[in-house]
Amino acid sequence: MNFAFTEEQEELKKGARQFLENYSASEAVRTLMETDTGYDPQVWSRIGTELGWPSLHIPEEYGGSGFSYVELIAVMEEMGRALLCAPFFSTVCLAANALLVGATEEQKLEHLPGIAAGETIATVAYTEPSGKWDASGIAATATADGDEVVIDGTKSFVIDGATASLLIVAAREPGSEGDAGVDLFVVPADTAGVERRALNTMDMTRKQAEIKLDGVRVPAANRLGAAGSGWETLSKTLDLACVALAAEQVGGAQMCLDMSVDYAKVRVQFGRPIGSFQAIKHKCADMLLEVESARSAAYYAGWAAAEDNEELLTVAPLAKAYCSDAYFHCAAENIQIHGGIGFTWEHDAHLYFKRAKSSEILFGDATYHREILAQRIGL
Amino acid sequence: MDFDYGEAAEKFRIEFRNWLEDNLDPDWRDRVGDINLDNPAAGADHPWLREWDRRLYDAGYKGIAWPEEHGGRGMSLLEQVVFHEELVAAGAPVVANFLAETLLGPTIIRWGSEAQKERFLGPILRGEEFWCQGFSEPNAGSDLASLATRAVRDGDEWVVSGQKVWTTNAQFADYCFCLARTDPDAAPHKGISFLLVPMKQPGVTVRPLLQPTNTDEFNEVFFDEARCPAANVVGGENNGWAVAMTTLGFERGSSVTTQFLTYERELSEIVESARARGLLADPVVRRDLAAAHTKVAIMRANAYRTLTALTTAGADLDEAGSGFHPSLNKLFWSEYHQWVTNLAVNLRGPEALVVGDGYRVTSQQFAFLFARSETIWGGTSQVQRNIVGERLLGLPKEPKPEKNTQR
Ligand SMILES: Cc1cc2nc3c(=O)[nH]c(=O)nc-3n(C[C@H](O)[C@H](O)[C@H](O)COP(=O)(O)OP(=O)(O)OC[C@H]3O[C@@H](n4cnc5c(N)ncnc54)[C@H](O)[C@@H]3O)c2cc1C
Repeated sequence: MNFAFTEEQEELKKGARQFLENYSASEAVRTLMETDTGYDPQVWSRIGTELGWPSLHIPEEYGGSGFSYVELIAVMEEMGRALLCAPFFSTVCLAANALLVGATEEQKLEHLPGIAAGETIATVAYTEPSGKWDASGIAATATADGDEVVIDGTKSFVIDGATASLLIVAAREPGSEGDAGVDLFVVPADTAGVERRALNTMDMTRKQAEIKLDGVRVPAANRLGAAGSGWETLSKTLDLACVALAAEQVGGAQMCLDMSVDYAKVRVQFGRPIGSFQAIKHKCADMLLEVESARSAAYYAGWAAAEDNEELLTVAPLAKAYCSDAYFHCAAENIQIHGGIGFTWEHDAHLYFKRAKSSEILFGDATYHREILAQRIGL
Repeated sequence: MDFDYGEAAEKFRIEFRNWLEDNLDPDWRDRVGDINLDNPAAGADHPWLREWDRRLYDAGYKGIAWPEEHGGRGMSLLEQVVFHEELVAAGAPVVANFLAETLLGPTIIRWGSEAQKERFLGPILRGEEFWCQGFSEPNAGSDLASLATRAVRDGDEWVVSGQKVWTTNAQFADYCFCLARTDPDAAPHKGISFLLVPMKQPGVTVRPLLQPTNTDEFNEVFFDEARCPAANVVGGENNGWAVAMTTLGFERGSSVTTQFLTYERELSEIVESARARGLLADPVVRRDLAAAHTKVAIMRANAYRTLTALTTAGADLDEAGSGFHPSLNKLFWSEYHQWVTNLAVNLRGPEALVVGDGYRVTSQQFAFLFARSETIWGGTSQVQRNIVGERLLGLPKEPKPEKNTQR
């Protein structure tokens, strides 16, 4: 029994925190969130080459470094803490996972090395303007035409959709319904008929785009895996992405708690630090309870993802549900504990609050994930 | 990360599982009737449960975590978890003689004299002597250090006078481990001793107090010049506060690593009852039950973190992040349990609120009502939050009110 990071994993996490304290400090986040692309190419390149984070859980035969999902969630937590503005989540936690889960050997060999090296920015485009997170939300069609497929439809809320060079697009066989008939296709972003528009998002630290696909032709060989297996691949990819997101949420929630506790120790009212008032102290205690419980859930889910065992099916949605609630609550309490200063643009509290909300909604809110869990535990 | 329990624990699992198969009466539930096993008094006053306790003892399954020299099995934390897992899996009652076996025994092992260990530990394991915990008083609850019960020396005896309250199982108890002020001039924390006082004597009066469950697990206890041998001080005269903190640590920590097992079982019963009533099509019910599942699964993961910390040399649970702290655990389970037992009542509807003749409650009703006490005993939720805020997060203490110098 050892439910803790190894020394090496701790070192990795510590190193990540240090790097991010230097390169993703508040000023950097604020600068990048105002840009269209939303990331700093130099920092991104160092993350890919020097630090090798995109390669962590990718097997060596595909250019990765062959660590496990546990290493990945260790750095995800730190990215969440620092609100890192970079296309990491989209590239690694969505696109690379989709490839690892569903791609053929050839496709893996073709696309994963670029991701592992930090050269390719990629994402998964599956949600549409309806904002539905399940298979019924996929209305875009993929029509076979000889050796090619023609994709038509509109994708939206696509993370880093405007900057990615490689899109993994979900579309269905015309006339199909539900989970059946869905396929994932590798679509280079510069393919004719792809039109991308950045969305103005409330959470400016994670960029999204709308992507119009108008008669987009790709070789039929760009389909991930066997025909009709798209939802199965996507579903597992989303479980994996939820685990990574849960770890990111833990990092954000912990930061909110740390900000609150630090402030509660120094802010004096009525002649004493506000942290000595129980109304504040008990809020902080509740935040710690939630942060630590969220951490247990996310780490356990990370382990299940690394082992790729059956438990992933239940712990992924429960971690996503719990961590979403915990992060949002901590981010909201952080504003309350700071009083007026917490409700200024200048203070970072709102950046975390907005990230908490956007992560909560991403892939479906806690209620949605509780329903998924309910189905999977046989309710 | 790995979640293997290791060879020794798995070997013990097989051994204990086989023993349970051979020794647990399949119809034990019918024998004990509809009583709630969370009730700390359950083990004390039911003949079958007492016999079950004895059977466990005879087979070497009592005090499995106690050191061998004191009659235990000297088993590891993991083996304890396995022990509980197998009890739950076999549907066996998970009653421990909680007060004596979980609180007092380990306290004596930590602080007691050789003579005290010799005298008291064996009868605890054999279930021959029952104990109650005399800490709280009418004016000393959360603020335990303000307790007023006095003990004065008279030759080779202590003479104890004062009142205790909320004393669970006092009506069955042969002995009370009790806090009394032995130096009235010292600062509140410094003048207290931890005494072992016989209950069956003229100076002790026990008056049961009825709880909302219409059962009387706890009592008022009046000491009126009750006596105990001078040697019955645990951990030294006027050192009772430190000893009591050890006991309270066991009280908070007792369930850290195994509580989730009981809740897994309870939740699956709630789910099956909802299924039988055709409620699982209701999206709100589904979400609530999924939320309950989530909390219990997290309790398990939290427990694994605590276990890891407890079995790692040098880990300090009071250091934020090192593991999952017992105070956090107490908050989590007690508040979960109030919520889920309330949910269970809601799912059952009006039928859940019909009690038996003589206000006899079902085990579900008992759990619903008793859960209200779980955020009170063992340190209230507010006290736990103070501990978490001050000890784990380092937030400043509340200023003490200025001493009132006028009399
Ligand atoms: C079922 C049950 C069994 C028990 N069994 C035993 C037993 O066997 N032996 C024994 O010795 N005791 C026992 N107790 C007593 C228990 O330990 C006390 O009830 C508990 O410590 C609280 O003390 P109190 O009841 O005096 O409440 P109080 O301390 O008066 O608390 C009343 C309220 O004030 C709040 N409060 C108090 N201090 C603070 C503070 N500093 N900050 C914020 N809020 C505060 C509390 O949280 C609570 O909400 C039992 C209690 C129950 C309910």
